[in-house]
Amino acid sequence: MNYPTNVKIVKMPCTGRVDIIHVMKAFENGADGVYLAGCLEGECHFLRGNLRAKKRVGHLKELLEECGIGGERVAMYNLSSAQGQRFAEIAREMTEKIRALGPSPIKKHGAELRAQSVTSGEQRAQCAE
Amino acid sequence: MSASNLERVLKSGSFAVTGECGPPRGADVEVIRKKGAHLKGYVDGVNVTDNQTSVVRMSSFASSLVLKEMGFDPIMQMVCRDRNRIAIQSDVLGAAALGINNLLCLSGDHQKFGDHPTAKNVYDIDSMQLIQTLKRLRDEGKFLGGEEVKGRPDMFIGCAENPFADPFEIRAMRLAKKVAAGAQFVQTQCIFNVEKFEKWMEMVRDLGVHEKIYILAGITPCKSIGMARYMKTSVPGMDVPDALIDRLKGVPKEKVSEEGIKIAVETIQRVRAIKGVAGIHLMAIEWEERVPEMVQGAGLYPRPQVN
Amino acid sequence: MIVANRKPFEEIVEMVKPYHKVLLLGCNECVTVCATGGSKEVAVLASELRLYREKEGQPIEITEHTLERNCDPEYVESLRPMVGNYDAVMSMACGCGIQFVGEHYRDMRVLPAVNTTFDGVTEEQGVWAERCLGCGNCILDKTLGICPVTRCAKSLFNGPCGGSTGGKCEVNKDTPCGWQLIVDRLKEMNLMEKYMEIQPLKDWSTSHGGGPRKRVREDLKL
Repeated sequence: MNYPTNVKIVKMPCTGRVDIIHVMKAFENGADGVYLAGCLEGECHFLRGNLRAKKRVGHLKELLEECGIGGERVAMYNLSSAQGQRFAEIAREMTEKIRALGPSPIKKHGAELRAQSVTSGEQRAQCAE
Repeated sequence: MSASNLERVLKSGSFAVTGECGPPRGADVEVIRKKGAHLKGYVDGVNVTDNQTSVVRMSSFASSLVLKEMGFDPIMQMVCRDRNRIAIQSDVLGAAALGINNLLCLSGDHQKFGDHPTAKNVYDIDSMQLIQTLKRLRDEGKFLGGEEVKGRPDMFIGCAENPFADPFEIRAMRLAKKVAAGAQFVQTQCIFNVEKFEKWMEMVRDLGVHEKIYILAGITPCKSIGMARYMKTSVPGMDVPDALIDRLKGVPKEKVSEEGIKIAVETIQRVRAIKGVAGIHLMAIEWEERVPEMVQGAGLYPRPQVN
Repeated sequence: MIVANRKPFEEIVEMVKPYHKVLLLGCNECVTVCATGGSKEVAVLASELRLYREKEGQPIEITEHTLERNCDPEYVESLRPMVGNYDAVMSMACGCGIQFVGEHYRDMRVLPAVNTTFDGVTEEQGVWAERCLGCGNCILDKTLGICPVTRCAKSLFNGPCGGSTGGKCEVNKDTPCGWQLIVDRLKEMNLMEKYMEIQPLKDWSTSHGGGPRKRVREDLKL
C-alpha cells in the first residue's frame, strides 16, 4: 500500500480518543493539515467514538478558522480497517488538498513555531532556579 | 356618576364599542388628531397603545390627553415592561388628574420584538399586581408603600386576556383571577377563530365570570392576505384559521380588503350573539378610516349618549 | 454552577494585542463544568493565540495555569510568586474570579476571556440552562419548585402572558414558558386551585437592585 511520505500517522485506539488539544498541538508543531481516519459510521469498535470525533472535528474547524489557520486544514474520514486502498486514497486526497492550500500560515515568516506550552509545573521549576 | 363614558355605557346595558389609536413615531400631534377624527362619534372609548410591540412611540399618556381634548374618553394602556411601581403610580395619578379615567393593565410585549432590543426591561410588577395597585389607589386611597393618597384617582380598571394563547385551560381562570384582583372590563386579543372564542366564553361562563366583568371582544379587519399571514406566523398568541386566509385568497386581488371588512363585520355580529359579551374592541390598526362603516355595518351606530 | 461563554476570538485578540507574555488562568469549578474555562479550554485558547500571533509575526508567550477556584483568597494568593513575570493576566474564570484576581494583584491588568452569563444547571451533557438569578427571596415553595423570576422572561408572578404558545416563550421558541411549566406541575400534583392565588408584589430590595450584596457570619470571622 503506497501513500504519500508526508503523512505522519499517530495511532489511537479510537478516533474518539482524539481531543481538541491534540490537533491544535499538531498545528503548533508545524503540521500543515491534520485528518482523523475513523471507522465507518455505525461500525465503531467503541460504539460512538467516531461520532464524537466527527463533532470535535466540526468544532476544530471553527477554532482553526477563527485563529487564522483555516478550517479546511482539518478533516474527518471514515473507512473500515480492511480498506487498504481507501486508506491510501484518503492520504493522497488530503495531501493534494493541503498542497493546494499551501503551507500552514504560521510558516509565513520562514520560522516554525516551537511548542511553547509552558505548564505551571515547568513555570514553578523555572522560578525555583 | 362615573367619570368614564365607557363605564357609563356598559353599566347602562348598551353593547359597547371601543376603538384604538396607535400614537405616532414622532412628536407630530396631527397624526393622532387625524386618526381620532375618523373615530369620532363611532366609539364609546378609545384605547391608546403604550409603546406597543416595544416600538418607541409618543407616550400613551400624552396621546390620551390629545384625544381627551378632542372629546374622546381615552383608555390609556399601561405596560409593566418599561416602568417600575414608582413611575406607574405616578403616571396613574397624573392621568386621573387630567381626566383620563380608563386604564388598561398589560404585561407588555418583550423588548426583543421592538426597535430597542438591547434595552433593559423592568417588570417590577406584573399586570395582575397592576390591577391590584389601581384598585388600592382608588378604593383604599393607599400607595403600595402604605402611605395615604391625597386625592384618589378615579379609574375604570381594564385588562386584556388572550383566549388563543396557551395553556388554553387556564385562560378563563386567569380572567377570574384578574376579576378578583379588581379588573372591571376586559378586552380580548383579536378574534379570527370564532369557535375557539366561543369555547373560551363557555369556560368563562362556567366560572360565572361574565357577570363580574364586562367582556369586550377584540376585532381586527384584515387589510391583505399578507397581513393575515403575518399575524398567523409572526405574532405570538394569534390564531388565524387557514379558512380565513383561503377566503381572502378566493376573491380578486382588488377585493381582498373589502372581504376583510366583510369578515370583520360578520365576526362582530357573531360575537354579539354570544352570551356574556358586552361589547367589541375594534383594532383597525392604520386603517382607522374604515371604522365608521364597520360600526354602521354591524348596526352599532349611533353610539348611545349616557349621562 | 455559574455558566459563561468564551468571548469572540477577535475581542480576545484585541485585548492581548499590547502584550507579549500573558498568564492565562482557568478555574477547576463552574467554568470547567460548562466547558468554558477549565484547563482543557485554557490549553485550547492558549494554542489558538500562539498560532494566531505567530501568523501575524508577533509571537506571544502564554503560560497556562488553572486554579482550583478563583473565588477564595488561598487559591488566588498562590499566584503571587509567578504573577510578576507577566505583562498581563487573562482569565477564563467567571466574573467573580476575574475581579478577585485583579483585587489581589493591583498593578496587574486582568482581562476577561469569557462573558459570564447565568447561574444554571446541566440539562444534559453539553447543554446548560439558567435557573436562578439570585433574587434573595425564594418563593419556590409557592410555585412548586419552578422559579417564575428566572424561568419566565418577564418574571411574571401571575403568568402566563398572552404570548405563551405551545408551551414556549414568545421570546424564544426553544425556551419553555415558565408558567406553562408551573401549570403543568400544578396539574401533576392536583393543586390547580393554587393557580387562583394572586402572588403578592415582589420585594426586589434583596436582589441586586437593592445594592451590591454581602453575607457575613461573625462567628466564622477570625
